[in-house]
Amino acid sequence: MNPTRLQILICGGTGCISSGCLDVETALVKSLENHGMTDEVTILKVGCFGFCEQGPIVKVYPDNTFYVRVEAKDMEEIVESHLLKGKPVERLLFKDPETSVRYTHHRDMPFYASQARLALMHCGVVDPEKITDYFGVDGYKALAVAVTEQKPKDVIDIVKDSGIRGRGGAGFPSGIKWEAAYNVQSDKKYVVCNADEGDPGAFMDRSILEGDPHAVIEAMAICAYAIGADEGVVYVRAEYPLAINRFKIACAQAREYGLLGKNIFGTDFNFDITIDLGAGAFVCGEETALLNSVEGQRGEPRIKPPFPAAVGLWGKPTIINNVETLVNIPQILLKGADWFKSFGAENNSGTKVFALAGKINNVGLVEVPMGITLRDVVYKIGGGIRGGKKFKAIQTGGPSGGCISEKGLDTQVTFENLQKAGSMMGSGGMIVMDETDCMVDIAKFYLEFTVEESCGKCTPCRVGNTRMYEILERITKGHGTEDDITELRNLGETIKATSLCGLGNSAPNPVLSTLDNFMDEYLAHVHEKRCPSGKCKDLVKYVIVPEKCIACTLCKRVCPVDCIIGERKVIHEIDQERCIKCGACVDKCPKDAIITE
Amino acid sequence: MAQTNIDTALFAKLDEYIDGLHSKQGALIPVLHEAQRIFEYLPIEVQNHIAQKLDIPASKIYGVVTFYSFFTMTKKGKYKISVCMGTPCFVRGADKVLAKFEKDLGVKAGTTSEDGMYSIDALRCVGACGLAPVVIVNGKVYGRIEDKDVEGVIEDFIAGEGESA
Repeated sequence: MNPTRLQILICGGTGCISSGCLDVETALVKSLENHGMTDEVTILKVGCFGFCEQGPIVKVYPDNTFYVRVEAKDMEEIVESHLLKGKPVERLLFKDPETSVRYTHHRDMPFYASQARLALMHCGVVDPEKITDYFGVDGYKALAVAVTEQKPKDVIDIVKDSGIRGRGGAGFPSGIKWEAAYNVQSDKKYVVCNADEGDPGAFMDRSILEGDPHAVIEAMAICAYAIGADEGVVYVRAEYPLAINRFKIACAQAREYGLLGKNIFGTDFNFDITIDLGAGAFVCGEETALLNSVEGQRGEPRIKPPFPAAVGLWGKPTIINNVETLVNIPQILLKGADWFKSFGAENNSGTKVFALAGKINNVGLVEVPMGITLRDVVYKIGGGIRGGKKFKAIQTGGPSGGCISEKGLDTQVTFENLQKAGSMMGSGGMIVMDETDCMVDIAKFYLEFTVEESCGKCTPCRVGNTRMYEILERITKGHGTEDDITELRNLGETIKATSLCGLGNSAPNPVLSTLDNFMDEYLAHVHEKRCPSGKCKDLVKYVIVPEKCIACTLCKRVCPVDCIIGERKVIHEIDQERCIKCGACVDKCPKDAIITE
Repeated sequence: MAQTNIDTALFAKLDEYIDGLHSKQGALIPVLHEAQRIFEYLPIEVQNHIAQKLDIPASKIYGVVTFYSFFTMTKKGKYKISVCMGTPCFVRGADKVLAKFEKDLGVKAGTTSEDGMYSIDALRCVGACGLAPVVIVNGKVYGRIEDKDVEGVIEDFIAGEGESA
């Protein structure tokens, strides 16, 4: 793609930009100028490499060296030592925290070794702002073949045969959905790309839009051709400015090359895309709520059936696919359904991208074949728990999913298995919790989110979740009873069964799954008025261990409410009546003499 | 219709945008985005103006504005502090960071200080989970912030403002 001797890839994803990759780029440009090497090196700002914990990431081609946590001040050394003398900068290579081994190539790192990158294939490889880069990886070839050589039905058959299921969470087979829209006669049909990634802690759709926007455009065009649509809408969160901007650039380039617009590839197939911005409502990730939002309404869900494939945007047949689902489509057409099925597990072909975060060593975007165990994700890819703490739970599916405990770690990741374990695939958030997290508090955290995001249209969700939240608040304050636990379960099951849309149907999952897997924690809160992990403030008591206290008055000086009694050489004591449990004294004590009970 | 305190030139800017739209069908949310970009918030006067321009009942516009968390009817402060409260930030202590900002600046999350200097918001997720907990002040990202770092962040953004002024 590029004729220069060397190429330097800088991760330009939101995560790396937040950790300073733009300064790194500026420093590199300057350093190359100083050495008169500007013409010898091409700088590419590519999409997310996935290893966000170690950002900003810089990669040098052709020898494929992978540098981590690079700062602007390191660039001079990289240019001098690596580019000029051919000696990689050892200290910037990733060092495995356990084995202390340093890795030059990303493929060898445990973080990447168990991954299979299909959806993220081009992220970190192509410059997302250059359509020619995408051409270089067979971009738009699948679309060309589809519109010039295949009938719409052929395309649908391949997608059906691949077995790909919706990556937005529900896992409905995409090919069957396409076929339904294909079968409806209508003068107008739409293709909608759902990029309203609302799960807190999930950022795979954003990374794909930022790193490989042309693949999304190509896939939408393929879908449009297959079902007979001529208009597409991308509904994307307004909180993703970089993704929106890159997607706009990509659309403009595609139009310039005649890949969007009229008579694509000289055929009578017409298709173009508009971008609609979300406005911060979680429920708009639900497909019918999303349609209402595109139409300029409050994002409240519609009653199904009719399904959008029959009656969708402006009452016309509409296919709504998630970003990650779409991005797989061109590859499936290029390489065949069997290729796609060679990854993954039974009825769960392909891969799934997860945003791995929380109390884990290697935070980042990971793509794994379906069927991998959660244990492998946590320990092999994730590198285990941060700070040597003990694993407690893994949460998938965001506010719609559940918490899986230690005993569920060998669950193989498939749509069905996660559901059986009380959670769900969801859009791909995967958050690891350790022994210091209180599961009642976590359940309350998710429910607070749902209560805030419930659109209010149906009663079970609007009122039921609020009641559940109130009960959880009572329990975490130490006023809960055993009846409250029974009531939580009853309410949860009723809300699941009677809510109108996916948000309400799944909102109680964080509570129900923690009741199933961490009942002992609920009981400790209720019976003993004790929070085993010390998170619920109302249930903890800070006390000073007299044997350890050296009477230095440090804690006394930092206390905001002046509730520590004692002076120099007089052992200190905390006045429990006045203590606000802020924990400031604990952080200050040089002898770790203040403990929670 | 009272248009007190709001620059009429801003209304002209909004009208220009609305008049340039290809179609008014489904245009409400894009128009509200643009209006918020121009006015920084969406007070009733602005909503009424849009109602007339788009020929949509003002009550419906109010319904849409209050439905979406991105739209605000109160003006934000000079320093817009957003604390990410996504789950990865939460489990790494973002709740304590938020509480510390509230305490130090005397402003509750979701509100603006009386002098118009500071507003604090709990953000849903910025997706920079490798840097959790994340705080954003006027677009500048502060990563791996603990409650004890809050004072430093406040000093930093006030000092940063001084440099650019």
